[in-house]
Amino acid sequence: MTKILIRGARVVDPANSFDSVADVAIDDSMIVEVGETPQGFKADLTIDADKLLLLPGIIDLCARLREPGEEQKATIASETTAAATAGITGLVCPPDTWPVVDTPAMANMIRDRADASGQSHVYPLGALTVGLKGEKLTDMAMLSDAGCVGVSNGLKAVSNTLVMRRAMQYASTYEIPVFLTPQDPWLLGNGVVHEGKVSTRLGLPAIPEAAETVGVARDLALIETSGARAHVNLISCGRSVTMLGEAQSHNLPVSASVAIHQLLLCEDDIGAFDTRYKVFPPLRTAIDREALIEGVRTGTVSVICSDHQPHGADAKLAPFSEAAAGIAGVDTLLALTLSLTTNKQLPLSTAVAALTCNPARIIGVDRGHLSIGAIADLCLVDPTEEWTLSEKSMQSRGQNSPFMGKQLFGKTKMTMIEGKVIYQDAARFPA
Amino acid sequence: MVPSDSKIQFDHQGRLRHFLTINGLPKETLVQILDTAESFISFGQREIRKVPLLRGKTVVNLFFEPSTRTRTTFEIAAKRLSADVINLSAARMSTSKGESILDTARTLEAMHTDLFVVRDSASGASHLIASHLPEHVRVINAGDGRHAHPTQAMLDMFTIRREKGGFEGLKVAIIGDVLHSRVARSQIHALSTLGVDEIRLIGPRTLIPTEVEAMGVNVTSNMAEGLSGIDVVMMLRLQRERMDGQLVPSEQEYFNRYGLTDDKLSYANPDAIVMHPGPINRGLEIASSVADGDRSVILSQVTNGIAVRMSIMAKLMGGQEDP
Repeated sequence: MTKILIRGARVVDPANSFDSVADVAIDDSMIVEVGETPQGFKADLTIDADKLLLLPGIIDLCARLREPGEEQKATIASETTAAATAGITGLVCPPDTWPVVDTPAMANMIRDRADASGQSHVYPLGALTVGLKGEKLTDMAMLSDAGCVGVSNGLKAVSNTLVMRRAMQYASTYEIPVFLTPQDPWLLGNGVVHEGKVSTRLGLPAIPEAAETVGVARDLALIETSGARAHVNLISCGRSVTMLGEAQSHNLPVSASVAIHQLLLCEDDIGAFDTRYKVFPPLRTAIDREALIEGVRTGTVSVICSDHQPHGADAKLAPFSEAAAGIAGVDTLLALTLSLTTNKQLPLSTAVAALTCNPARIIGVDRGHLSIGAIADLCLVDPTEEWTLSEKSMQSRGQNSPFMGKQLFGKTKMTMIEGKVIYQDAARFPA
Repeated sequence: MVPSDSKIQFDHQGRLRHFLTINGLPKETLVQILDTAESFISFGQREIRKVPLLRGKTVVNLFFEPSTRTRTTFEIAAKRLSADVINLSAARMSTSKGESILDTARTLEAMHTDLFVVRDSASGASHLIASHLPEHVRVINAGDGRHAHPTQAMLDMFTIRREKGGFEGLKVAIIGDVLHSRVARSQIHALSTLGVDEIRLIGPRTLIPTEVEAMGVNVTSNMAEGLSGIDVVMMLRLQRERMDGQLVPSEQEYFNRYGLTDDKLSYANPDAIVMHPGPINRGLEIASSVADGDRSVILSQVTNGIAVRMSIMAKLMGGQEDP
């Protein structure tokens, strides 16, 4: 039994609308006090957290760890370690590994490997359809028993509307959240960038806004009639925010998330075929980016995720349309999100909620908050520390980031999972 | 401001070292290329057709997409400049299958080649090669996906200048499948840099790219309206596959609306010239009577292609003086 006292941090706990300098007392794996140190509390370890932020551990709602199937790019061990270094205590992984997570055995295997590495928690999503083929439903109830926090078809469209409806109905029977990335496969075609001035200038196959909005409209209609609790993952269009906001105002049980890079970049950043900016869904216009930020601010889009996709060096060394899509994002999720608060686009509590309690609520885990009695998953962050993302500083096995070489503010100094310190910055906390 | 897709074309002293896109090239550079080409044009008629500007240099025609006229004219152009020419026409497997395009280029570079002429079906392929090969290697884009075909546009500009004496006051129409056309994109950049009066795109909405007006063009779908007052008619090739993609209902309907016939040509100015980058689909985008008629300059375009490509190669390799 270890008793830990964290002193003097600014504690930001949006789930409890708490934002104040306070001491936090932890007994074994549980938070026992936030505020004054409880009488008679004898700390085995006292952490001086003066000038640091104390936040609930970040839960990244969309991160690919590449294991099983693409261990040459990254592994569960490498990416959970990288995540822990960046204040992330939980990672939700899409089922599009190889093999696909469409059996309880696969889900168990992923969780076992994550447990063995002893870093950030891994919450697998199960496949919505067998092999993600969009034809046959998976054994969702058993996937849920095996620890899947939701079901998803990854980035693969379920083009058969009836299959999608049945999948939603069936998932709702067991109150399993359905994760969607709505895209109309016909409009998607072989597109690689947003349809607009950049696709026209560069002559790249384009993805129209309607590829997403048609998908969102269809899925909202199905959510309404199936009763499924749905989460729309990785939206890219301002128009989608409007549609989701409208659905939420009619009490449809639908939440939404956006990848952090969609809040900071837009189609113009692609410049001259810069494949580091190739992502899916694609970067859209500056107007879309503003609308997405506004969606986070108003709460329609309640989650910011990394959409972490580590790749090997060669994956981006190809003509744009053939290069791999995606950014390795766990290292930068927190710092980039904080950048939206320093320039006043988002209040700090909204930004922190979008990384912690909101994603926790969506996957139904009792974490992401600092209530008394809560599991002590948390991180300490120096919000003013300046650092540069470099190949050396990047912890993810993937080095594919358009933020490489950029100055960032906000560095994780310590990460704790269930009261155990799994990462600490040796400079701030010498042994 | 130099557009981002153009920056890579210049060296530290601001000299042109690659020819990948016309977007962002200054007018003087284009005029200089045309002027030098003018001095090369008489070469074809001479008994000795060679100049030693590229003697001892190795030019690789790296064509990942089939081509007859472009590859041939590049080969002739390089040989007239006394370069050693290697033709490599390779079918390329996309993505992870087979050797990557970059590995192929690096392998050839290791054999001490000086200039790559690259054609590929992927937009940005020549940018990719140019940005990953050593400083001394030059790259000419001979067509990348739908993005650019800058030497074609330059030979078109050369042909226009020869026929019309200049660019000022000219109204130019580009007709057909602009969406898939690298030629059209390069033509638009060249024409606007050289200062024509107006560029009009004519075609059905399925073949006109989104927000193309941002490139400084006007768009119409009506041939009578679009050709009115036009001095230069630039036709584009319509690939027959477009019918399968539901971009155009049928060849008949396309020819009915956009096929250039003598009747439709009569909407343009009486001295308007007709151009086509080839290969021509007779009876689809253009009637034979127009293609072979006295206002067609289609074969001059091919002839001019050699002089213009000589001029561009000479410029990149440092021989900028007149021969």
